Amino acid sequence: MTLAVTWLWLIPLLPLAGFVANGALALLRPQAKSAVSVIGVGVLVAAFAVAVAVVAGLAELHPAEPLVFRYWQWMVVGNLHVDAALQLDQLSAVMLLVVTGVGSLIHVFSVGYMREDPGYARYFAYLNLFVFFMLVLVLGASFPVMFVGWEGVGLCSYLLIGFWFTEKANADAGKKAFIVNRIGDFGFLVAMFILFQQFGSLDFTDVFTQSATTLVAGGGVVTAVTLFLFLGCTGKSAQIPLYTWLPDAMAGPTPVSALIHAATMVTAGVYLVARCHVLFSLAPVSQEVVAGVGALTALFAATIALKQWDIKKVLAYSTVSQLGYMFVGVGTGAYAAGIFHLATHAFFKALLFLGSGSVIHAMHHAYHATHAHDDAQDMRNMGGLRQYLPWTFALMWIATLAIAGVPPFAGFFSKDEILGAAFARGATQPIWYLYWAMGLTAALLTAFYMTRMMLYTFHGPNRTGEKERTHLHEAPRSMTGPLVVLGVLSAIGGFLNVPVFMGGSARLEHWLAPALEGPAALAAPAADAAAGAGEWILVALAVAIAIVGIVAAWRLLDPTHLVPARLAPAETGLGKILWQKWYVDELYDALIVHPLVWLSRRVLWQGVDQGVIDGGGVNGAARTMRALGWLGSRLQTGEVGFYVLLFVGGVLAVLGLATR
Amino acid sequence: MTLVTVVFWVFSGIAVFAAVLCISRRSAVASALWLVVTLFSLAGPFVLLEAQFIAVLQVLVYAGAIMVLFLFVIMLLNLGRAGPSDLKGPIGLAAATILAGVLMLQLRPLGSAEPPQAMALPEGALSALQQQQGMVGMVARPLFETYLIPFEITSLLLLAAVVGAVVLAKRKL
Amino acid sequence: MLFGPALAVSAMLFVIGVAGVLVRRNAIVIFMCVELMLNAVNLTFVALAQRLGVAGQIFVFFVMAVAAAEAAVGLAIILAIFRHKETVDLRNINLLRG
Repeated sequence: MTLAVTWLWLIPLLPLAGFVANGALALLRPQAKSAVSVIGVGVLVAAFAVAVAVVAGLAELHPAEPLVFRYWQWMVVGNLHVDAALQLDQLSAVMLLVVTGVGSLIHVFSVGYMREDPGYARYFAYLNLFVFFMLVLVLGASFPVMFVGWEGVGLCSYLLIGFWFTEKANADAGKKAFIVNRIGDFGFLVAMFILFQQFGSLDFTDVFTQSATTLVAGGGVVTAVTLFLFLGCTGKSAQIPLYTWLPDAMAGPTPVSALIHAATMVTAGVYLVARCHVLFSLAPVSQEVVAGVGALTALFAATIALKQWDIKKVLAYSTVSQLGYMFVGVGTGAYAAGIFHLATHAFFKALLFLGSGSVIHAMHHAYHATHAHDDAQDMRNMGGLRQYLPWTFALMWIATLAIAGVPPFAGFFSKDEILGAAFARGATQPIWYLYWAMGLTAALLTAFYMTRMMLYTFHGPNRTGEKERTHLHEAPRSMTGPLVVLGVLSAIGGFLNVPVFMGGSARLEHWLAPALEGPAALAAPAADAAAGAGEWILVALAVAIAIVGIVAAWRLLDPTHLVPARLAPAETGLGKILWQKWYVDELYDALIVHPLVWLSRRVLWQGVDQGVIDGGGVNGAARTMRALGWLGSRLQTGEVGFYVLLFVGGVLAVLGLATR
Repeated sequence: MTLVTVVFWVFSGIAVFAAVLCISRRSAVASALWLVVTLFSLAGPFVLLEAQFIAVLQVLVYAGAIMVLFLFVIMLLNLGRAGPSDLKGPIGLAAATILAGVLMLQLRPLGSAEPPQAMALPEGALSALQQQQGMVGMVARPLFETYLIPFEITSLLLLAAVVGAVVLAKRKL
Repeated sequence: MLFGPALAVSAMLFVIGVAGVLVRRNAIVIFMCVELMLNAVNLTFVALAQRLGVAGQIFVFFVMAVAAAEAAVGLAIILAIFRHKETVDLRNINLLRG
């Protein structure tokens, strides 16, 4: 079985082959939906199977160092030597299983969800391409290879967000995602430049083994590098200040939101921090920044989610908030905790998104049947759907309890570990207490708004309409099947890493230890060392908060007061501010976008391009030539006498030069 | 101040004086006639420089034939009267003066020029040659021996000139 | 002995000839000034013959022959132009005007 690790290259190759095949079908025979389904889903399931085999082989080998497989020389430029190489260690193994596993489930779901869409083949082609790039990102053995994956998932995100590009809003959302990501990518690039300058190489093994000796702990260089890397993370993982693209990204098909904007792409930032834990451990300032931004984002996004009416927007802001938690985890140095939350979040967030997809699917059918034009995603048009979509209802409640942090579901264990690590670090640096408090408040709000969502969607009276009600029905088995699997994972996923003080064996943490050794090993024992009464109090506090949030929502919110969206009154006061997302988009628009557009249009286009380059340069050169030509033509008088004058003048000049 | 020098300067002075008048007369005929005087008086220095044959040729061919041709053409075209604007305006005059002045400055070193000693013949070599071969012989012998080919080509040239002149000047071809 | 003065005289004549070419407007008179220049050169050659051998005088011979041919053809051309333009004023002969 150890031989299986050499099949590593097969895992990204399968989705790539799927992209090529589905792409060809999309261009030549887009109606061949069955073929596309088989290829699209098949390659993912096969990739998952190979991944399981590979990870099993890795488990048998139990190496202390990552296994690096070099396939060919990619770039040799001066001192820079980059190979097309993949790396397998315990961290990438976890990411591998999450990406291929959850990815397969979402692919299966998509078969039912996208059945009637004319762009079916194109969809699966892009989805396969995305998985390929995500795997390259996760398996890359050097910064440039990872960057290829990083950029690639950004590209596929753009393609898939703007999948229904005939609507301008969707195309704009795709552009927004790509452009905001780009700002983060700039940070990644600058970090790479600094790293190359310091180490002369960009391979992970080279950089990480030499960093302790080459870089000054807490020094300016390592802090700069890590902060620039984190800038990339804020872009890709939608943290403050570059999170604004994620809610807009809900314009894409719901399975896309589940896969890319919940389970995989947005977690790339967390993976990056975990991968570069050696660097981050040398820069405590950066760690504070990472955790601080994560905590702030978690709280901020949670407040916005309180007042959103679109079911997908609620989940989008919830994702931003949960990503904040993950960054608190890795910022504290509890890298295993952050990755753990990444995995559990993948389970329940994917379940939530797919579940909402099931709901939207039903609403669409209902409105389509009655030719109504109401918003199928607005919760004010829903209500009481538990009797029409029972499976979806039950599974989504499991996910809601998981995300709220109610034991024994998955989210409880992972969230608790992060909060515990933050609190423990507060003993040495008080600011971490603040982060802990922010995290706890965000947990309260999370429980509240998730319960609100469930309440307005599934409980209370139905607001969809008399005629539409008869057309509401549960999703087909191809869609509910994956939901069930994810439900099971959300329920029992927590047991992957039950902490020691609760009597568990912290399996995930031990599995990840060889990959995340070093300072990370210091943070975890510190958390365990604070075990005992202190830990149990924190746990009890977290559970109490979660339950308070759920009960408060249940008591304070009354679904019977809601009216369908087209009749709903406008928001006022604080509610309006929250509904308008604290006007951040408007702020960015005024501060950044408008000045840039003005600069581009008035200064660079009209001023420089049209005025200086076209007017002065191109036309100016022409006019000068014309003037010179006119001057020259003045010499052509046709009069011999004049010519003789010039002739004699020339002779005198030559004579003068010759006799000098 | 030998007689030779005096005679030389007299003839040269007449030549220069006549040349100046030649270029400044308004009437074309007057210019032509003054040019005849110039060419004629140039024969003097030729003689004094041991080039008697050339001096005769100058009078016969240049002053006699070529200038006569000029006068014929002037008469033919009825340009005898002084034209109103035969000389250029002030700008032209100024330009001409400047250029002529510069040229004069550049040619001044000629006054004290000497060919290199290695190439120069001894004083009086030409007169000795004249004594030997006679005045005409001195020119004729190289002409028909060393420079025979250019001589023959010149005759062809003259033929071409004759034909060309006739063709160009005909009323109808 | 007369070498230097002869060269000086020829230089003067040459300059006068150049001035004449630049100053006059009548084509034929300009032609005559060119002949004047040629004669100045002839004088130079003859003067140089004193120092460098009889080849100088031979050269004068050829210059005269060519000058004659040139005068004939040149005047014929002027005649032809006069037939078309009724004038030999150089200002009017400007078909090369660009």
